[in-house]
Amino acid sequence: MSRTSAASGAAGTADVRGATAYGLARTAPPRPRSRHRRGVGFIVGRVLLYLMLAALLIPVLFPVYYVFVGTLMEPRELSTFPPRLLPTGVHFENVQGALAAVPLLRMYTNSLVMAGIITVCQLFTSALAAYAFVFLRFRGSAVIFALFLSTLMVPAEATFIPNYLTLTGWGLGDTYAGLVLPFLAYAFGTFLLRQSFKQFPRELYDAARIDGMGHLRFLWTILLPLSKPALTAVGMYVFITSWNMYFWPLIITRSTEMQTLQIGLNSLKAGEAANPGLVLAGAALSVIPTLALVVFGQRFIVRGLTAGAIK
Amino acid sequence: MSAGPVSERRAASRPTPTSSHKRAGPGRDALLAWGFLGPSVVIFALFLVYPLGRTVYLSMHGNDIIGQPNRFVGLSHFAEMASPEFGRILFTTLVFTLGVVVPGVVGALVVVLLMEGVLRGQKFLRGAFALPFAFSVASASVIFAVFYSPGNSVLNGILYRMGLDQVPWLTSQEMALWSVALTTVWMNLGYGVLVLAAGIGSIPKEVNEAARIDGATGPRLAWDVTVPMLGPQLFFLIVISTINALQSFGQIHILTAGGPVGSTTTLVYSIYQDAFAYGTSDFGRASAQALVLLVVVLVCTLVQFGVIERKVHYS
Repeated sequence: MSRTSAASGAAGTADVRGATAYGLARTAPPRPRSRHRRGVGFIVGRVLLYLMLAALLIPVLFPVYYVFVGTLMEPRELSTFPPRLLPTGVHFENVQGALAAVPLLRMYTNSLVMAGIITVCQLFTSALAAYAFVFLRFRGSAVIFALFLSTLMVPAEATFIPNYLTLTGWGLGDTYAGLVLPFLAYAFGTFLLRQSFKQFPRELYDAARIDGMGHLRFLWTILLPLSKPALTAVGMYVFITSWNMYFWPLIITRSTEMQTLQIGLNSLKAGEAANPGLVLAGAALSVIPTLALVVFGQRFIVRGLTAGAIK
Repeated sequence: MSAGPVSERRAASRPTPTSSHKRAGPGRDALLAWGFLGPSVVIFALFLVYPLGRTVYLSMHGNDIIGQPNRFVGLSHFAEMASPEFGRILFTTLVFTLGVVVPGVVGALVVVLLMEGVLRGQKFLRGAFALPFAFSVASASVIFAVFYSPGNSVLNGILYRMGLDQVPWLTSQEMALWSVALTTVWMNLGYGVLVLAAGIGSIPKEVNEAARIDGATGPRLAWDVTVPMLGPQLFFLIVISTINALQSFGQIHILTAGGPVGSTTTLVYSIYQDAFAYGTSDFGRASAQALVLLVVVLVCTLVQFGVIERKVHYS
């Protein structure tokens, strides 16, 4: 299918491998474009390829389409059989109904507070730990780093029962502290920031140290501002995963006032007034922030997500 | 924070130790390092290491009605696991994991290979396939609950329009687990596409060019060159998908609550049921199962990383 000739491919490819973070922008190599005569077979192959991709993309995008279109339908358009697939107009009854059925705005705030605290604290604990592993020499550094990484192998569900007993024992059940405490440090962030810090130019570090700059000041005024891409990647990853948490908020919260948005969605689905329109409206409202992050911050998310996969 | 002589600092932070390193008190860096590691270490100790020990302790105890362990029961919680009931939970977990990992990884591979073949719109396609990643487990699950709902299922509506038979998505014991798995595959596909697309991006151009000079095109090029070169990313994806599938919880809680008749009760869901779902908690039984989950996840990770180290091609 790719009939781009080897010759034109080689001519059009300027490899810029080796460009890294910290200043050197990665320029995309010009795309090889065949200027040769294209046979019928080529065109048929290309069309088939796009058709196959479309056949896969439609079921992937259908739920994304339907959650928003269904939200804006009239409630009765969804409760007939077969349910409508195309909208007849824009209606806000479902949104109003969802907001009335459960305190969604309060739950929104809870999710925002929880994910915000976890993100800021994890960036803080991870950056400090990563700094120690990269810039400070101390006995057992390699062993301790290995121990840090080994914490990633423990499934969180295996710690939930004791953590539930500990935190409710401290009187922190159904509080923000109870929601966030077990997640204030996570070795994945340390791992990613360590990778990033290791690429920091040695000369800059040495220069700062010769000037008598202390470790904390160097970390705060030079290293962190220059590590923004890595911090953003870690921050977005942590924010999305904690915003989406389900098991822990389900067990540690009791009152509707402390429940997070994700738990609220289940209440909406299981509630007395449950109907498809309300459920879709709640899901649409809940997904808007993360959808915005994924659409506008994709390069950071890809970086955070695939960091373990590449190298 | 630090006013020590410059030379010792530089030496201390260099990978190659010099003579001044020994002379300069290594204590300062070490002290600072522990200060920096402190916050993480405290959290890990309280909420990860201690709980592991506590889980072992709880697994050997029975508890009273408010959850306090009040009697030593030895290994009886583990002995109870020899029952057909627990065997069924393990089997359900296995089927669910395979039903999520195999279609998820194969689907993502097919998508990225097809995307490699097209010249235009790759970036748009990658973004479009990644969109479901923005959906939380809960939001995806409630949307699929609407799609599956027995009364006016959106999916059955589509089948009806096409003149096809209705499907008892969540109400039949044979079907429910696959419906939950389908929801999970939908949520995870975008992640697989992102991982594999990044892997394809890191294949050196020369490799493809050399293969093309040798006459490999289209499907041959994809299967004989691209797929083997994606080895590390494929294994990474299999490891991560397996671990995630083993830990799936929200979609089961929302879509089926373990039913009908226990047909979607996986290990994690069973832990939840024993510990938290009913008024009287059985933390001992749940802790014993949590240890099984821990061991299964650890073994998966170690075995698969062992395979990666030995077999997979690294560029």
